[in-house]
Amino acid sequence: MADNAVQPRTITTTPRTSDRVFRGIVTAGGLTSLIILGLIAIFLASKSHAVFSTFGWHFITDATWNPDDGTTMSTGQYGIGAMLVGTLITAAMAILFAVPVAVGLALFMTHYAPAWMRTPLTLLVDLMAAIPSIVFGLWGFFVLMPIAMHWSELINHYLGWIPIFSVPVPIFDRSPFIASLVLAVMIVPIITAIAREVYAQAPRDHIEAAYALGATKWVALRTVVIPHGRAGVVGGTMLGLGRALGETVAVYMVLNLVYAVNWHVLQSAGGSVASMIVNKFGEATPNEVQGLMAAGLVLFLLTLVVNLAANLVVRRTSRGA
Amino acid sequence: MATVVPTRPWRATPQVLATEAAGLAVALVLMLLTLRFTGFSGPLAAALLFIVYATAISAGLEGRRRGLRAAQDAFVRALLITATVVVLLPLVSIMWTVIDNGRAALRPNFFTQDLTSASATGPVDQGGAAQAIVGSIELVGFATLIAMPLGILSALYLTEIRGRLSGAIRFLTQAMAGVPSVVAGLFVYSAWVLGPGKGFSGFAGALALAILMLPTVARTAEEVLKLVPEHLREAGLALGGTQWRTVATIVLPTARSGLITAGILGVARIAGETAPLILTVFGAVAINTSMFNGPMSALPLYVFNELKLGLDMAYARAWTGALVLMVLVLVLFAFARWLGGRKTR
Repeated sequence: MADNAVQPRTITTTPRTSDRVFRGIVTAGGLTSLIILGLIAIFLASKSHAVFSTFGWHFITDATWNPDDGTTMSTGQYGIGAMLVGTLITAAMAILFAVPVAVGLALFMTHYAPAWMRTPLTLLVDLMAAIPSIVFGLWGFFVLMPIAMHWSELINHYLGWIPIFSVPVPIFDRSPFIASLVLAVMIVPIITAIAREVYAQAPRDHIEAAYALGATKWVALRTVVIPHGRAGVVGGTMLGLGRALGETVAVYMVLNLVYAVNWHVLQSAGGSVASMIVNKFGEATPNEVQGLMAAGLVLFLLTLVVNLAANLVVRRTSRGA
Repeated sequence: MATVVPTRPWRATPQVLATEAAGLAVALVLMLLTLRFTGFSGPLAAALLFIVYATAISAGLEGRRRGLRAAQDAFVRALLITATVVVLLPLVSIMWTVIDNGRAALRPNFFTQDLTSASATGPVDQGGAAQAIVGSIELVGFATLIAMPLGILSALYLTEIRGRLSGAIRFLTQAMAGVPSVVAGLFVYSAWVLGPGKGFSGFAGALALAILMLPTVARTAEEVLKLVPEHLREAGLALGGTQWRTVATIVLPTARSGLITAGILGVARIAGETAPLILTVFGAVAINTSMFNGPMSALPLYVFNELKLGLDMAYARAWTGALVLMVLVLVLFAFARWLGGRKTR
């Protein structure tokens, strides 16, 4: 039939053994992240399934944590409800404090600061991201806490009629408010780094066009730069949220862990899943350790979801740009 | 003949300068009144109140002079400068307090002695953090040995093989960067310390640190390998080299300084990690050079444990530990920056 049609010649190459070995090794190495993430999920789940089969959803919803007597799991009470709510409250407040400041700093760095100031500012912000969390904890405990306690008293004095600012027992140290301030300082560099990048990529000609139409600098920022960077800022915020949810030692030092859900953010009582794991680890019974593994699994899944979502958003913007 | 006097409308007239100065004076008075009659007190509150009042007043004056839009513009500018100051303030405060408080116990014995002979209440010229420094070097060294090859292999997969899994691997590496450090510690505790490791050991700590280090190395190495010009790879293959020879003799040597930067950034990332070490190496007062036998100490762990003692002398030691740790991390960071900056030039 169509025998005379020209067929492209199929080229086949046989890779050499050395290349096949090389590609095998590199592929295996490339899969490490997948393997490690899988192993983390499998190990934590296998070590903690007794907790979930004993308590079920109550592990997530109940607030009490009473160690068992060492015999069976059911002689104790394991629930991370208060810790989980506490984690979400402090992380949400940290985001609330950090995002406006980080966005302001990023806008200043990209569109207001004189040229000589930009490199040092970038360097300082990157430096801030490199400070170990234990140093933030130390500073938060000795320097920030006395100041923030004073702020707490003021807020309570003037705004105490708002339920969340009321304080049943007037103790203001180691509160969710203070913990969220420390977390905010820790995540500002993360959000700023990403916001700075997307704001710097804002199309120059659109900005010039806005000026040509008579816009002031702020109007140009509001109509061109900020909308351009919105998705990037959302992604950076979620990366910061992931960090805030998983932060351990810094929060451990400035937060008083109390195993009851507490909405009074100025009160010296809060919760944090990550800090609880470190706090209970030292003198935990074997069954309790399984409870901690279960808490770790919940935290792992929570941060994984937040981070995956954040990366999706960030990647979508960097492609669009 | 009327002489034409050139006007300079962009220059501030004495009248404008006077109103500006008056505005600042009003802001100052308002601040003092607020401090006097409300609960606000202290230099921080004074600065904050002054910024708020001065911003509002100068925006108002600008508005009277040039209209609402100019007022908005001035207001936003003041707000952004305030945000910058608000971020730099804690940074300066952290640096200053760590240096100031860390000086007291910064003596030669801090680097040469361990804590076996010193009591917790003892003076700071007895005992030190030698066990923590030795431990940190061992832990970070081992973690680097594990994470560097794996991280570079991940990056090579993304830049050299470019297989079907590239998207998934890049995605998962980023997800891995978000794993909370305490979860990495718990994982190693359940998989190694309770299992084949038979108890706390330096190796367990190095495993946990390697998990945290790997994504940083992989991501930075990928960026660096991407910068290797494509025609170098093609030249290698055209000379009849296998892919393996091309990568080993051309791609990797070209990217060498960048790969070192990746390693240093990874080390800076893990050198200050505390939470995973609490769960895997536990801490010790004596030098333990064995990676596989018994608990050991590390600088962040030393700071954490001294702090938990709640004694003045222990606090002094904790601050010095933090100072040494921070200087270490900042030096690594500056070195990585310098290497990276040199390469792009």
